[in-house]
Amino acid sequence: MRSGPFFRVCFFFAAAVLLFLALPLLNIATAPSPAIIWDSFHDGEIMGAVLLSLYTSGMAAVICLVVGTPFAYLLARKDFRGKSLVQSVVDIPIVIPHPVVGIAILAVTGRNHWLGRILSDLGIRIMGTPTGIITVLVFVSIPFYINAAREGFVSVPRRLEKASMTLGASRLSTFGRITLPLAGRSMVTGTIMSAARALSEFGAVVVVAYHPMIAPVLMFERYQAYGLKYSQPVAFILVAMSLAIFILLRVLSSGKRVRT
Amino acid sequence: MISLKNVSVVYRNFQLGPVDLTVPGEEFFMLMGPTGSGKTLLLEAIAGLAPLHSGTVTVAEEDVTGNSPGRRSVGIVYQDSALFPHLTVEQNIRYGIRYMTGESRFGFDELVKLLDLQPLLGRLPEKLSGGEKQRTALARALVTDPGVILLDEPLSSLDQMFKGGIRRELKKLHRETGTTFMMTTHDFADALSLGTRGAVIREGRIEQEGTVEELFYSPGTPFMASFVGMKNVFSARFRGCCAEVRGMEIHTAAGRTGGGFIAVPPEAVVLSLQPVETSERNRFRGSVTGVEQTGSLCEVSVECGSGPRLISRITRKSLLKLGIEEGLELYVSFKASAVHVF
Repeated sequence: MRSGPFFRVCFFFAAAVLLFLALPLLNIATAPSPAIIWDSFHDGEIMGAVLLSLYTSGMAAVICLVVGTPFAYLLARKDFRGKSLVQSVVDIPIVIPHPVVGIAILAVTGRNHWLGRILSDLGIRIMGTPTGIITVLVFVSIPFYINAAREGFVSVPRRLEKASMTLGASRLSTFGRITLPLAGRSMVTGTIMSAARALSEFGAVVVVAYHPMIAPVLMFERYQAYGLKYSQPVAFILVAMSLAIFILLRVLSSGKRVRT
Repeated sequence: MISLKNVSVVYRNFQLGPVDLTVPGEEFFMLMGPTGSGKTLLLEAIAGLAPLHSGTVTVAEEDVTGNSPGRRSVGIVYQDSALFPHLTVEQNIRYGIRYMTGESRFGFDELVKLLDLQPLLGRLPEKLSGGEKQRTALARALVTDPGVILLDEPLSSLDQMFKGGIRRELKKLHRETGTTFMMTTHDFADALSLGTRGAVIREGRIEQEGTVEELFYSPGTPFMASFVGMKNVFSARFRGCCAEVRGMEIHTAAGRTGGGFIAVPPEAVVLSLQPVETSERNRFRGSVTGVEQTGSLCEVSVECGSGPRLISRITRKSLLKLGIEEGLELYVSFKASAVHVF
């Protein structure tokens, strides 16, 4: 069937948006010469920043998975007074400016705050450390994990869990054998989204830890100090490595979707 | 055996109970009632899936009120079968075996053979028909040998052609396992063909309990009468074997005095164009006010003067033969013995 004028307009806008999204990324990929990219792979500062970015965002995603899963399950399964307020609190990091996140985290982890003093007594430093970077990355990325996992848990019919429990399984066993396999895809999606969000974070991190430098901070510094040309290789390597990891995760988590 | 004493459950704005009910062992008990009356909630209260507000639940002589769902000796089969979609039929059936603490009377192979599931063992639930899903869910519930099987409208999502087969399977399973079955249903045919005793639940409370025949043929309240399909339900004043309904005198077989209700099955109301001499003691003249098609049958409403509006259920063939249409004057008659008094 031929598309009418309405769909032609839709196709036009779809093409415009795709071009808008793809063009800058294509430019990142094509602007640096192969020689510059090759040299960048041997630049210790660039590779150190990229690996630190991958490490801190990976750690942040794992923490989101561990602490966010019970929270997401609770939101999916329990109705309680103030639930919508709790859900709004979870979404706050998405809507507030990220330098504000950095300043807020510094404020509660500094020596003038009781929490900061406890952390200091325990030997945990936030300012200018990978721990601080991971802390802000968890803060900005956890809503993405919780929302995706919650949707996954909601999609698992409660009756399956009830049937499992009448067959003798405990709640924990039911969660492991029924809920987790059926919501696993959403959990992996949430983990990838939170890792992606963490990897791209700049505003909150630059306040808490300018050093050690993660890739976005290094890009910013090189752009300011040397200009666009010298920041692009860092961007290229970061995008290439993160894309490779996300594609791998997607492939590993893909499989036939089970209809519930 | 199931025994419920003063059981009540509060779920959001709905209160179930208090319910007192005893289902003897090896019985096939039918739980009926309109949508939202609390049937499923009652099953889940027995299974330990809905927290009790008050009361005690006893299953197979053991008070299981404080037990977790898996320690109640109760199996449940839901309307949608609730098979685990990521597990094969065999894995679904074997699911509960690892949690068993005692011996089961039924082996896996025996149940698979009994329910004819051998060719399906390797399939995922999405590849099964509605009937096959329910047979698998039954095997999964029975393999741990629970004292009670709770069936939550297991036939309602099945096509008519599968229903008969599953009914037969249920009958056979009940007979051969000797397990107590409690089943909720909307379908009177299910209740009459499977149940020995039953109860009707309305707004969270038991309206009437008894043998299935009693529920259908001797309803005790106006709600029960209309629930089991007795369309002509009226409040009446009785004087012996005569009930007065809005000025109309209706002869009854059973005599009583004071106030109460009568119900006349619409199948018992005969329509004729002329007054016919028969043994039927109730005969009135009226005019047709409405004709409604219900499948192969028709329901004809007849207004009898200032008296009640009577509904007669006749075949379409009779409707055409008598030339019945709105406004037609005719006679309605029914036997005194057809009038149910309560």
